[in-house]
Amino acid sequence: MNLFEYTISELRRLLVRKELSPTELTEALFSRIAEVEPKINAYNYINHERAIERAKTVNVDLPLGGIPIAIKDNINVRAEPCRCASKILEGYLSPYNATVIEKLIKAGAILVGRTNMDEFAMGSSTENSATGLTKNPWDLQRVPGGSSGGSAAAVASHEAFCALGSDTGGSIRQPASFCGCVGLKPTYGRVSRYGLTAFASSLDQIGPLTKTVEDAALLLEVISGFDPNDNTSEKMPVPRFSELLETLSLKNMVLGVPKEYFIEGIDGEVREAINKAIAHFESLGAKIEEVSLPHTPYAVATYYILATAEASANLARFDGIRYGRRSKHYEDLLDYYGKTRDEGFGSEVKRRILLGTYVLSSGYYDAYYLRALKVKEKIKQDFSSVFKKCQALLTPTSPFCAFRIGEKSNDPLQMYLADIFTIAVNLAGICGLSIPCGQSTEGLPIGLQIIGPAWKEEVILALGHLYQKSTGWKPPIPPLEKT
Amino acid sequence: MEYEAIIGLEVHVQLKTQTKLFCGCPIEYGALPNSRVCPICLGLPGALPSPNKQAIILTIQTGLMLGSEIAPRGKFDRKNYFYPDMPKNYQISQYDQPLCKGGAVQLYPLAFPKDAQKDPQAQSRKKIRLVRIHLEEDVGKSFHFGDYSGIDFNRAGTPLMEIVSEADIRSPEEAFAYLTALRQILRYGNVSDCDMEKGQLRCDVNVSVKPIGEEKWGTKCEIKNLNSISAVRKALKYEIQRQIHILELGGEISQETLRWDDLKGQTFPMRTKEYAHDYRYFPDPDLLTILTEGELIEEAQKRIPELPEEKKQRLSQHYGLTEYQASVLASDPQLADFFEKAAAQSANKVSVANFLINDYLAVASESETAIPIPPEYFSELSNLVDQGKLHMKQAKEIVKLMVTEKKSPTLIVQEKGLAQITSLDTLDAICKEAIEANPKSVADYRSGKTAAINAIKGYVMKKTKGQANPKIVHELLEKKLHELG
Repeated sequence: MNLFEYTISELRRLLVRKELSPTELTEALFSRIAEVEPKINAYNYINHERAIERAKTVNVDLPLGGIPIAIKDNINVRAEPCRCASKILEGYLSPYNATVIEKLIKAGAILVGRTNMDEFAMGSSTENSATGLTKNPWDLQRVPGGSSGGSAAAVASHEAFCALGSDTGGSIRQPASFCGCVGLKPTYGRVSRYGLTAFASSLDQIGPLTKTVEDAALLLEVISGFDPNDNTSEKMPVPRFSELLETLSLKNMVLGVPKEYFIEGIDGEVREAINKAIAHFESLGAKIEEVSLPHTPYAVATYYILATAEASANLARFDGIRYGRRSKHYEDLLDYYGKTRDEGFGSEVKRRILLGTYVLSSGYYDAYYLRALKVKEKIKQDFSSVFKKCQALLTPTSPFCAFRIGEKSNDPLQMYLADIFTIAVNLAGICGLSIPCGQSTEGLPIGLQIIGPAWKEEVILALGHLYQKSTGWKPPIPPLEKT
Repeated sequence: MEYEAIIGLEVHVQLKTQTKLFCGCPIEYGALPNSRVCPICLGLPGALPSPNKQAIILTIQTGLMLGSEIAPRGKFDRKNYFYPDMPKNYQISQYDQPLCKGGAVQLYPLAFPKDAQKDPQAQSRKKIRLVRIHLEEDVGKSFHFGDYSGIDFNRAGTPLMEIVSEADIRSPEEAFAYLTALRQILRYGNVSDCDMEKGQLRCDVNVSVKPIGEEKWGTKCEIKNLNSISAVRKALKYEIQRQIHILELGGEISQETLRWDDLKGQTFPMRTKEYAHDYRYFPDPDLLTILTEGELIEEAQKRIPELPEEKKQRLSQHYGLTEYQASVLASDPQLADFFEKAAAQSANKVSVANFLINDYLAVASESETAIPIPPEYFSELSNLVDQGKLHMKQAKEIVKLMVTEKKSPTLIVQEKGLAQITSLDTLDAICKEAIEANPKSVADYRSGKTAAINAIKGYVMKKTKGQANPKIVHELLEKKLHELG
């Protein structure tokens, strides 16, 4: 077995027993990157030298001591670019570490590089990137999903053992599902957002993308916790997620299957794979119950009002005055703003800024923004009433498998529907996990989404872990070919 | 036709906190440009605001001091507009849920400009009601150098409190008095130093005029960014006349935003484009709702000192001062404290007050806020006068010397040989001499013209270079004249 195939938990055992040095491990990963990256293009930036320097001195007894990790390009690392895959942040170097980065460094992790994404996390295919396309390791003609497509593709193709992504409407779970790896969106407030370049502040969460659920638990444990620098992070105790994986009993457990998530238009093979996974949980002793989340049909519209409204203000700071790319030809201040932003932002970002500006405009605020806030509450209530009856929900992560590059890029509405099953979790502020649960006949991964109540990551992680253990999950090696 | 003005004020006050509103950067006036900044106040990607509790407490305290209703839940909103001195291109402010609603500022005669303190309007004891008080962050400062501009972000993120009055003000003098009274309360509460030169108190003014008796208000104009209380008065005087003049000529006032040119003494329209905004306010998703009940309000309450009106009443009742004396002393809490310390050790409280008001304030330097000498000096001085060891004219001279030389009155008296001659033996001899030297006055006195004693007394005072205690001299002379039969 090649070193790059290992999971974090396996590597931890080798490192602690000194059977493997962090330097050897890091070098092994870099040779895998050298081999695979030309086909996948998962990274926007790699810092080989810095990683090796770090590997030489890192303490392997720390929780992630010596484990290399990839970081999504919207999370700030001191002295590294933080481009958010945008032209407008060309040449920008961040002067500070995000809270999660501080935590990773303290835990002994080695930062390898920064992964590609949809510009400012706006997209579901990583096609909206100013730094080029990332390919799906299972079929190089297909997208890896998005917006954390680089992180998912890197983990799935074993050019990263684990990665951080961010999830505003499904941006961790959907690419994890498309690439066949594990992705977790923690409860809103679980992980500090300080240092995550904001897309939609009330929905954004940083989370792990890993090869196994066990690894996701390890990583979540490290990055979680209250942060005085993030007013929206919660003072909640952080359970030892990795130690709670085996403690779950399916006896007396009710798993809900929301009927609104099995709609027309869902791919047949996806439906089949999910039903099989549901049956598997039933065979393990869980009680399966159909439930209803009646406001599900409004989730996408609600999301695109709230997220774009917040984004229109969050992205206002990119004006070329203090940092980033600036237009060279302009007449006056207003023209300078206009040209800098016109040249710097891609079309999807512009579309969302326009949408967000519109819904906040005087005369439209009540009809759109205020109403969307009310629907968000309804969606939240849907989940809380369902979680009185069951401990978690089982749904597809995405209605379809990875689509072809260019297939949906000219149809924003079709693209928005790729997140139809993930968006409500962000609106409700709860947690969701995507794990691989089979393949299509074309060999494309299918993702099962396990949704849990707020602050119950240990439940969905334990369910995911149980599924992987009982099905004998081994992170596969994708073909890295065009099919 | 007679016109009246309708005026409302929006006052921005820089709160006296150690650090900025949403980050830990120190607030320091005059620091090297862009040396007091961090990712948060520069609006770098990913940086998040964390509210400064002290700023919230100071705002609530202000509300409590001004009788506002404190909102149980306060909320921060984003006010969106592009400007180079605004790092995020939105300002974190409060829109529909300000921390404080209502309240009022009480006007009093001394708050009016000196030349208007005798006017009936200064005696009216009017209350100017408040609409709201909210908390927001300041922006940076732009500098223009020939063909380029620079921005200093040291000020960006400084906590500002915006106090909005109702349109209760009717004259430039009332506006002056409102600001003076408001500033006094803010200084009392140690909420802000309100140093206008440092931009710690800035003011926007809304003004319209209408013929007296008319119900409908006229079209209002806004004068932005006035940075001294006297500029507010001057700008309003000018602007009211300008509007009346237009109306008298049959014209119409157009609603506009103006700026005041202090040198030219005129208001000028600003480019209207600059302020034609849809700010697209919405709740800032980075910040939680502020729950004021409990700790925040309790902390704010603890900080509330005795307020000017209460202090005035207490001073006048407790020390037997006139309203004027109490007002002057209470105008500055430090002066009032100083008075109370000095009065504590003095038999004659009113005389201590008079020395402070009439003599000390006349020589005190404007720039120095703290009184440079201990309060005991004033008790000593008033006691010396009371015991007849100094007369009033000498005491007044000594106040000046106390301040300039920073010496106690006893020491000054010794050094200058100013002490009164109270020794009975010495005075007895001089009085005897005086009677012998003034036979005519003695005869007059004995024939019933008692006022003639003054001439004899004058001789004694002249002889002693004014140092004789007049009271003792008077008694001695009377006694001697009676002895003469």
